[in-house]
Parts: sequence; structure tokens; C-alpha cells
Amino acid sequence: MTLAEVFDVLLFRAGFNTAVVLAGAAMLGAGAGLIGVFVLLRRRALVSDAISHATLPGVALGFLAAVGLGLDGRNLPILLVGAASTGILGILAVQWIRDRTRLPEDAAIGTVLSVFFGAGIVLLSHIQTLAVGGQAGLDTFLIGQAAAMSRADALLIGGAAALVVLIALAAFKEFALVCFDPDFAGAGGWRVGRIDLVMLALLLAVVVIGLKTVGLILIIALVIVPPVAARFWTERLNRMALAAALFGAASGYLGAAASALLPRLPAGGVIVLVAGALFVVSLLFAPARGVLAGAVRRLRFRMAIARRQGLLAVAGGEAIADPIARLVLRRNGLIDRQDRPTESGRTAAAAARREQRLWRRYRADYPTDAIADREWSLAPIDAVLPADLVAELERRVAAS
Amino acid sequence: MILTVEDFLHIDLPALMAAVLAAVSCGLLGNFLVLRRQALIGDAISHLVLPGIVVGFLIAGEVLTVAMMAGALGAALVGVLLIEAIRRLGGIESGAAMGVVFTVMFAAGVVLLEQTGSAAVHLDVEHALYGALETTLWLTPTGWESLADPAVWATLPREVTTLAAVTAIVVAAIVLFYKELKIVAFDPDLATSLGFSARTVSAGLVVLVAMAAVAAFDAVGSILVIAMFICPASTARMLTDRLSRQLLLSVLAATLAGIGGYVLAAFGPFWFGGENSLNAAGMIAVVAGALQTLAMLLAPRYGVLPRMFRRWRIRATG
Amino acid sequence: MLTTPQPSATTAAAPLAEADRPLSVRGLTVAYHHKPVLWDVDYSAPAGGPIAIVGPNGAGKSTFIRAVLGLVPRLSGEVRVFGRPVERQRRAIGYVPQRSSVDWDFPASALDVVAMGLYGRIGWLRPVRNRHREQALAHLDQVGMAEFAGRQIGQLSGGQQQRVFLARALAQDARLYFMDEPFAGVDAATERAIAKVLAELDRQGRTVVCVHHDLQTAPDYFRHVLLLNGRVVAAGPMETTFTVANLQVAYGGLLAAELAATAATA
Repeated sequence: MTLAEVFDVLLFRAGFNTAVVLAGAAMLGAGAGLIGVFVLLRRRALVSDAISHATLPGVALGFLAAVGLGLDGRNLPILLVGAASTGILGILAVQWIRDRTRLPEDAAIGTVLSVFFGAGIVLLSHIQTLAVGGQAGLDTFLIGQAAAMSRADALLIGGAAALVVLIALAAFKEFALVCFDPDFAGAGGWRVGRIDLVMLALLLAVVVIGLKTVGLILIIALVIVPPVAARFWTERLNRMALAAALFGAASGYLGAAASALLPRLPAGGVIVLVAGALFVVSLLFAPARGVLAGAVRRLRFRMAIARRQGLLAVAGGEAIADPIARLVLRRNGLIDRQDRPTESGRTAAAAARREQRLWRRYRADYPTDAIADREWSLAPIDAVLPADLVAELERRVAAS
Repeated sequence: MILTVEDFLHIDLPALMAAVLAAVSCGLLGNFLVLRRQALIGDAISHLVLPGIVVGFLIAGEVLTVAMMAGALGAALVGVLLIEAIRRLGGIESGAAMGVVFTVMFAAGVVLLEQTGSAAVHLDVEHALYGALETTLWLTPTGWESLADPAVWATLPREVTTLAAVTAIVVAAIVLFYKELKIVAFDPDLATSLGFSARTVSAGLVVLVAMAAVAAFDAVGSILVIAMFICPASTARMLTDRLSRQLLLSVLAATLAGIGGYVLAAFGPFWFGGENSLNAAGMIAVVAGALQTLAMLLAPRYGVLPRMFRRWRIRATG
Repeated sequence: MLTTPQPSATTAAAPLAEADRPLSVRGLTVAYHHKPVLWDVDYSAPAGGPIAIVGPNGAGKSTFIRAVLGLVPRLSGEVRVFGRPVERQRRAIGYVPQRSSVDWDFPASALDVVAMGLYGRIGWLRPVRNRHREQALAHLDQVGMAEFAGRQIGQLSGGQQQRVFLARALAQDARLYFMDEPFAGVDAATERAIAKVLAELDRQGRTVVCVHHDLQTAPDYFRHVLLLNGRVVAAGPMETTFTVANLQVAYGGLLAAELAATAATA
């Protein structure tokens, strides 16, 4: 494999077939990421796990039905109809167990996922013994195989995924409303149940059309991982949806390309690993909610508190109890190794004492304002309150 | 097909033992997972086991069980820590955090498996998903009477002895720490304020779950372990309001599922004139699900049908 | 607007030796992520007489209790119970969490739950024995629930569940109790039972610190009050501290007129 070959694949120049498969996988990723955002916000992430595993017996039944009708067992539309039917059964079973028995939703999901999957495996083991051809192709539904996809299959998948994207965009406002505040939406006259149903239908559609490319075990990754990654970048829903769709598309596209270049690579696995890499980058480095940014913020906050508390102890002539405070003050040269305040330490301590007294006075004299402002007194008082008020507070502190 | 004693002892007995032990060890732990609304931790861990086993295999260079076991246990623990970290650091709901971690790690396992050619050796995705109950062979017994000979028992297949040891550890841990597991499951805050750190107990539970999942992985594969964690406990949950009784009932349900599933898969098709047996691990999950469905429908107090009947009678008489 | 300065906890209560203070909190700051919930809380609880923690929703009342117990991490601050760090005083502390914090469908009987109060003294690995069950039964009897000992907890009414929690706290045999809204949503009988227990604990010289949401009844059940809204608004004896002015500060001026009127008559 040369670099030229890599670029040919990536730039859709490696034959029409590969191009269609790549476009289809990218569209699938975009659809999964987009619908995944709502699934995540509706706290249904793992319901999709139950749905995807529940499609296996449907695939097997679809195969048996196709053979029974005298068709090729690998007839994709029939297999997908079968998958969708047992997928729906799986959703209904989860809801029935959750609503009608004392068992909680997570147990319902686990039950449906494993029992349906078990039934699928039993059916597959039956199919393996049949005297018809094409059984081997069924295995690709477990972990996916983009390279072996026919042009018609890829067009079907890409087209259906595009449809999912369009419907999700059309229903964006309704989905957002239901995710944000279902009770409010219900009170406002929206049929929450129906909107939920559309959402679940789109989720089911993504799972079913993703079976061939990504495989049923990993398709839920495409629904969960890109939205979670997107969550780290923004607090706004439309941006999050856009980011999730982009992440999903990139995962589908790159994963399918890798699988086309290296035949031994299972497409589903690679697609999910690409999504996983995007997730790790987001988790660590996203500026809005990423771990690194958060850690820096938390550390600054913690050190500001420690510094203030340490300085107040210095001002009061007490020992500094908090080891972090001691560390911070030492690092800033405010106390020496024996914990004695330095010159600048004494000045800073006096300033901290003044801040504390002024804030206390302010809270005592203007309690309603202080509570309403939720002024947490880490900010310097001169920067927050007008100068004449600070001067007035200074006078009152001096007088008391 | 004629079932000979020898065949039964060589093929079916070891498989039955593995199935029942896997079901019982996972089923017992499942009680605490279901009660703590952590059923899906079992789901996550059973997926996490795969990359660990593959990495263990790659490091050891051969199918060396100890390395694979250690790898799997390590992967499960790393995965659970990652889930916890993502949940806390990213403020992500635990279900989604789980979904991210276990799918990505499972994908890594699949890719590693296919890339390194371990697929050629004894370890492949199908095995990982379905288990290999049928290939658990015990060739030493020569007849019923030979089972009285301790030397024969010493040659039990490795899968079975591992499962037996894990089951013993699980039972011992539950007996010894019954009180601690109970209070942490019911009221973790109170437990912590009394000095039974909920975090410590939960960590111990996760280690046990990972151990049971790894041991059962060989027998029933990664997905069906989930059925063993959840179905017996859920079945028992429908039938009783006492924890001790729930534990016993879950053992009963697990045993029934293990035996019933294996028998149906191995012999069922022949009763209906078929010629080939079906996948036993899958059938065990189906039987476990059927038992749970029966309990959900018919449990005297909490079953759906008795409750419906009682409501109907109240309406009819009142 | 200027109001009269509020008496602070330390000046209002009679001076006490550190070791006699049931609870003393200094510089407690708690934040979820980096948003502070409690800021710089200094509070020293007087011995004798139950204490109510009062404040609006989101004021950090439950967080205060949970931080004191070490259930949420403290960003800074020091908590002492009877003069020693709280971590070393687990045996001296009892805790009644909010009723909604547990799964009442859990397979346990009322007696099982009360026996959990004894676990701290039973210790790791040792099982619950018959004498523990007898003890638990006696505590159930104290709250008038002995006849429900074998009942699955989910089949009890809300008030009965609260009484089970109370019996469990009694089983803890602590010197200092924290209760998180025990009066929330209970029937009249349970309210009387809780009040009786509070009085009994007080008589035995045990201190109760209680998150309380009902401004109307606060003066009936509690002798001291800690008004909280992110920080300490005021603390001290009920008569001098539970004033309209202080309440208005604590509730950020959002207090409805009728509630203010109730407080004034108290």
C-alpha cells in the first residue's frame, strides 16, 4: 500500500464502489451522531445497546424467511426488515419490563440484550447446519465489514442514513424540547410520547442500517461516542449536534477507508476506534468542558482559596493548618521555610484581612444585596464594588 | 442419536458443570448488581474482558490461561476506573460513560484479534461471543463407577476447575461480607458514615464481577455472561422480598437455566428429528430469559397476571 | 437597606470548652465542580437543644451535613466533633438521610433496616446475631413500629418509613445526630413520633442537627437555628435569631409575606 493509494481511497478516487461505501459510512456516522445527541440527552444511551443486540434473531429469521421464499439468504432488505422487527420487539420488551414489573430499567436492558442475543445465536447455530449457501455472510453482522459491501447495499445504507439525518433536522426543535424538559413539553400541548416514538424509530433505523457496516455489537458506539465527545466542546445544543454529526461522519469515513485499504481490518472495530480517538482528544483537550481545562480551573480555584485562608491565618498569627495553603504561600515567597511571614507576606496578609473585614461589613450591612449577588469574596472588593461604597465600608470598619 | 454413558461423561458432564458453575457464580453476584441499579456494569465488564484476553494472549504468545486471565482482570479494572473517571471528570451520565468505554475497548479487542492473527489460533471473535461450552472435554472417566476415583476428578478440564474455584470464592465472599454488601447496596451514605466505605465495598464487588466474568467467558462467551448476571437475580427479585431468600432463589434459577439450556441445546433438536445440536450458551440465555418471563408474569405477589387478576376481582366485587 | 447586626453563633452561646462542643466547623468550603455551594462556613454548635438548619432551596443545607460527614469532599475547612476530627468520631455520629435517598423496594424488612444502625458497632465481618435483632426490635418499639418489624419496607407508608429510619438512628446510639428533613411529607402521627424522639434525645443530652424546611414549625421543635444560604446568614438561639429580618436575608428577600408573618409571631 502506497501513500498514493491511501489518498486515492480518501479522495474517493479508488473506484466508484469504494467511494460509495465511504460516503455511505460517513452518512451513517453523521446520522448516528445526530440522533445519538438526543438519545444521550434523553438518558437512553444504553437502550440502544438493547436494540442493537435484539436485532440478531431478526437477522437470522430474515435469512430463514429469504431462503424459505427461494431467495438468496443474504438479501439485505429482507435481513434488515427482520432486524428491525426484533429490534422493535426488544424496545417493547424493555418498556414492558420497566413499566409493568418491579425491575428497574437497567435490569430490563440487560435482560433483553442478552436473551435476544442468545436466541439469535441459537438460530445462527441452526442456520449453520442448513444445506443452503450464504451462511458465512451472516457473521459480518456481528462486527461489520464495509469492504465486502455491494454498491446497491452501500447506496441503500447511505440513502437511508441521509433520510435519518433529514428527519432528525426537521424534528430538531421538538426533540430538543422533549430532551430538555419533557414535563414542560407535555404541559405545552406537545405529544411527548409521539416525539419519543419518532426518536426511537430513528435510533432503530440507524442501528439497523449500521448492522452491515459496523456490526451489531459496535453500532451503539457510533450512537454514543460522538455525542459524548461533542458534549465536551460546547454547552449549546445545536453546536453539540453539529459536532456529533461531524465526529460520526469522520469516524465512519476514516474507518471505512482503513478497512478498504487493509482487508484484515474489521470496519466496525476501526470506525469505533476512530470515534474513540476523537473522544479521548475531546475528553482531555476540549476547552469548554475538557479534563485539562477543568483541572486547571479547579486548581486555580483551590489555590486561590488556600492562599486566602493561609494569609488570613498569617494575619491572625495562627498556624497554617492546610498543607496546600502552606505550599502556595511558600511558592509565592509569602512565608519562609519556618512558616514565618516574609515582608511581602505580611503585606498580602494585611490585604487579605482588609478584604475579609470589608466583605464581612458589606454582608452585614447590605445582606440582601450580598446574597442576591452571591458574591463569593474571592474577587478583590475594589474590583467588584464601586469605590465610594468601599470607602464607606472602610470608614465603618474603622469605626467599629 | 444414541447417548452413551461415555459420551455423556466425556462431553456433556463437563459442559454441564461449566454451565452451572458459570451461571451460579455470575447469578449470585448479579443480585447485588441488580439491587444497586448497576446491572449494566456486568454488561460493560463482560465486553471489557475481550481486549484483556487478547492482550494477555499477545504478551504470553500462546494460549496461556493465566496471562489471559490476568489481562482480562486488568482490562476490566482499567475499564471500570475509566468509566468512573469519565463520569466524574466529564459530568457524563454513567450509562453513556459505560457505553463509551466498553464499546471502544471491545472494538480495540476485535481489531487486535483480527490484525495479529490470533484469529488463526484457537481464539476468534465467535469464540469470544458465544463461548465454547461444547469443546470442554473430560476424557478420563470411563464409566459411572470411575467417578468415585479421586484421580479422575484431578483431571477435570481447566475451565471447570477455574469456574469451581471462582464460584467458591464468590460464595465465601458473599457469606463473609453479607452484612457489608447489604448495607452498601441499600444505603451507601449511611454505610460510609458508619465506617463501611461504600467505595471499598463497591470496588471489591467489581473485582469479584470481573473474576466471574473472565472465568465464565470461556464457557459462555462475553455477551451471554450478561444473561447470567441479570436474569437469575431478576427472576429471584420478582419472587421474594428477603435478600437471603433472593440469593438462594437466584442460585436455583441459575442452575435450572444452566442445566435446562444445555440439555435443550444438546439433545432438544434430536427429540424433534433434527440431526445437529444448537449453540448451548445461547440456549442457556434463552432459558434464563424464559424463567424470568415466567416469574415476571406469574410471581404470586408481584407478577403481572396475579396483579391484574387481583385488580379485576376488586373491581368485580366492589 | 440596613439591618441590625445578627448575633453570631460564637457570641450567642455560652462559652464552651472545645471538647464539649458537639460540632465545630471552621472555614468549610464545598464546591461541585468549581461552583461553590458552601462558602467559608464557620459554625459552632452549642450543646443542649436540637438545632434546625434553615434556608431556601439550593442553600446548601443537605450539602452542609454531607460535607460534615465526609460524604462529599471538602474543598477546605476543618470539622471537629466533640473536640476531635470528625473522621475519628464515627461512632459518636448518627445520620438520618433523606427518605428519598434509598430504594424502598429493596428486599429488607423494617427490622433489617433498623439493625443496620448497629453495624458500626458490630464491625467488619461479624454477622448480625439474635441479640442485635432484639435490640433493633426494642428501638422499633420506641417509635411505635414494633408490630411492623417483619414487614418489607416498601409496604410501609411514608411516615412509617421515616419512623424506621428514626429507629435506625436510635440504634446507632450516637451523641450527635444529623437528620436530613425528617419531617418532610409525613403524617401527623409520625410528626408527633419524631417530635417525641427529638425531645427524648434532648433529655438524654444528645445533640440533633436537623435540616428543616417548615418555617412554621421550626420554633416548636428546635431550640437553636442555623440560617444558611451559601454561607452562614445567622446562627443562635431560636428566639433571638429566627427573626423576620434574618429570614428575609436568608431567603434573599423572596420570603412571602405570610411566612414572614409566621416567623414574626414565633
